[in-house]
Amino acid sequence: MRRFLVSIITCAAAVLLSSVAPLVCAEEYRAPRGPDGIHPDLNGIWQALNEANYDLELHMARSALQERAGPHGPIPAKNVLAMGAVGAVPPGMGVIKGGGKIPYRPEALEKKKANQANWAELDPEVKCYMPGVPRATYMPQPFQIFQGSDDIFIAYQWAGAVRDIYMEDPGPPQVDSWMGQSVGRWEGDTLVVEATGFHGQAWLDRAGNHTSWKLKVTERYTPMSPYHLHYEAAIEDPETFTEPWTIEMPLYRRMEPNIQLMDFKCPEFVEELLYGEFRRNPLD
Amino acid sequence: MQVEQETYTGAMTSRPAGGASRPGAVALLAVLASALCSPLACADAAGDRPDFTGTYDTATMTPLQRPKEYGDQLILTPEVAEAAARQRAAYMAERSRDSDPERGAPPAGGDGSTGASGNVGGYNTFWIDNGETAIRIDGEYRTSILTTPGNGRRPAMTPDGQKRAAARRAFYRENTGEAWWLELDGPGPYDGPESRTLSDRCLLGFGSTGGPPMLPTLYNNHKRIVQTPDHVMILVEMVHDARVIRMNSEHAPPEVRRWLGDSIGWWEGDTLVVDTTNFTDRPALSMATRDLHVVERFRRAADGTLIYSFFVEDPNVWTEPWGGEYPWPASDDRVYEYACHEGNYAMEGILKGARILEADKLAAEAGDAPDVGAGGSGN
Repeated sequence: MRRFLVSIITCAAAVLLSSVAPLVCAEEYRAPRGPDGIHPDLNGIWQALNEANYDLELHMARSALQERAGPHGPIPAKNVLAMGAVGAVPPGMGVIKGGGKIPYRPEALEKKKANQANWAELDPEVKCYMPGVPRATYMPQPFQIFQGSDDIFIAYQWAGAVRDIYMEDPGPPQVDSWMGQSVGRWEGDTLVVEATGFHGQAWLDRAGNHTSWKLKVTERYTPMSPYHLHYEAAIEDPETFTEPWTIEMPLYRRMEPNIQLMDFKCPEFVEELLYGEFRRNPLD
Repeated sequence: MQVEQETYTGAMTSRPAGGASRPGAVALLAVLASALCSPLACADAAGDRPDFTGTYDTATMTPLQRPKEYGDQLILTPEVAEAAARQRAAYMAERSRDSDPERGAPPAGGDGSTGASGNVGGYNTFWIDNGETAIRIDGEYRTSILTTPGNGRRPAMTPDGQKRAAARRAFYRENTGEAWWLELDGPGPYDGPESRTLSDRCLLGFGSTGGPPMLPTLYNNHKRIVQTPDHVMILVEMVHDARVIRMNSEHAPPEVRRWLGDSIGWWEGDTLVVDTTNFTDRPALSMATRDLHVVERFRRAADGTLIYSFFVEDPNVWTEPWGGEYPWPASDDRVYEYACHEGNYAMEGILKGARILEADKLAAEAGDAPDVGAGGSGN
């Protein structure tokens, strides 16, 4: 009885004090320890199961990733028409913490709309460019966290993107990149990762949401059960947004006994798209 | 673009002097660290195993294949090794001097030298990072990375392998500024992206840098290892490829093919053994086929240096297995992002350039022929 009371009080306190949403709080979960014996074990293959990569904001289903004006409202643009329902955008309640829209500066919002209107030509995902952070986390393919005694590394199946999470601060990034420079630390059982050094060409999703090179992403990975993590990413970019904002979502452990990252080296798949017109004998 | 170093004269370029490796200091630190740390922190997470987590710079002057004049001699004398290192350092210092700001442009087509002005698209020494010293294992310098066969050179190829090698050689000729391939009966080397090498296409790094076997190459020789209880992840700098070795596991079914093969690992004492199969039809190792089978071993030498060894079998290509070893010195460097595909302007340039040369050649032929039709070959 006493143990039950203690756990209820502990749980209530945790709900009041922690920033972690009370998604699992009958008993606060304590994950098995990782290789250092101190911090939770994040080793495993994980994947988001939501519509974030389609659109971070709350959105209704749409006919296509790129639309044109039809006689009675938007219809798929010509360049995606043949995809039919496979190319439609599923609805989502959105992943923005507290709901609402992304707080764009006015000119940045215009750029988002232009991005969305010309999605096929402009979304770097279409060309198999690396997804950046946080988009890599919620691509529709799994990723694997490698956690050693002192080191953490994340490999994403999509385009084989990778992130070395430096657990000692190496100083400012020496060069800008697609995946940025990630610096990690533990706060209790939460892995906090600060990522900077982006060149600003990656998008946040297929809806044209974008950032600049000033982007700073602060992620929080917290084990909630043997089967899922709670993931948050705080997004700061004074060039693009009027204030910082945060996304959050569960990340689920892939439970299949034979699960492993497979190859998705998509540069091969976009060669015709990017270089077809330069062939000696262009195809019809 | 496999660049083989066939001599020890230091004629091949390397990065400028200044980035010295410090094996002595690293070894000392390793000894001190092991004396000070707790069993959990030093042993790998699986128990008493070594932990190979770290960053390594695998560049070396030592060639893959032994120069023929050494015959069966595996060990290189310190005098020759140290002289080669000095020569390399001097050569690099010379090649790294500031250029003359008053110099004019090289002539069209290049000046024929081996430097950046020699031909279109050459690297100068700033870009090259292929080792400052010969490899040294247990105190002894080596004449080659290969140890098997006994002459340190790849064994003979099968007739099939020889045919494929000859066909591949026919595809590569010096860039003369003319579309010589228009005379070929069949595909040319610039017909489309699939005609190019896997590294031109940004699908794999050149020189079998990712392999397996993982071999030293012209630059970007860094490897980053993160070891967990159930996996060993090896990041190959080119092209940001994460090799994932599943410990104490089974190979994927034969339908699963991987660019870097399917790797499983286990411990034999303090040696990590990695077995790789299930390659695609074009493994990173030049000339290999989907039946390639590679066994790698990772161990620490007495001084703490990571020693990487490999054994290669592909009965479609080589008449015997072959293999070798070389050290992976620890590095303080961090691996930068190698965003090859995202910046692959070269592919467009290569193909467009070929189209221009073809048009030039066809126009020239049309110009020469008095009864000019719609132009020569028309394919």
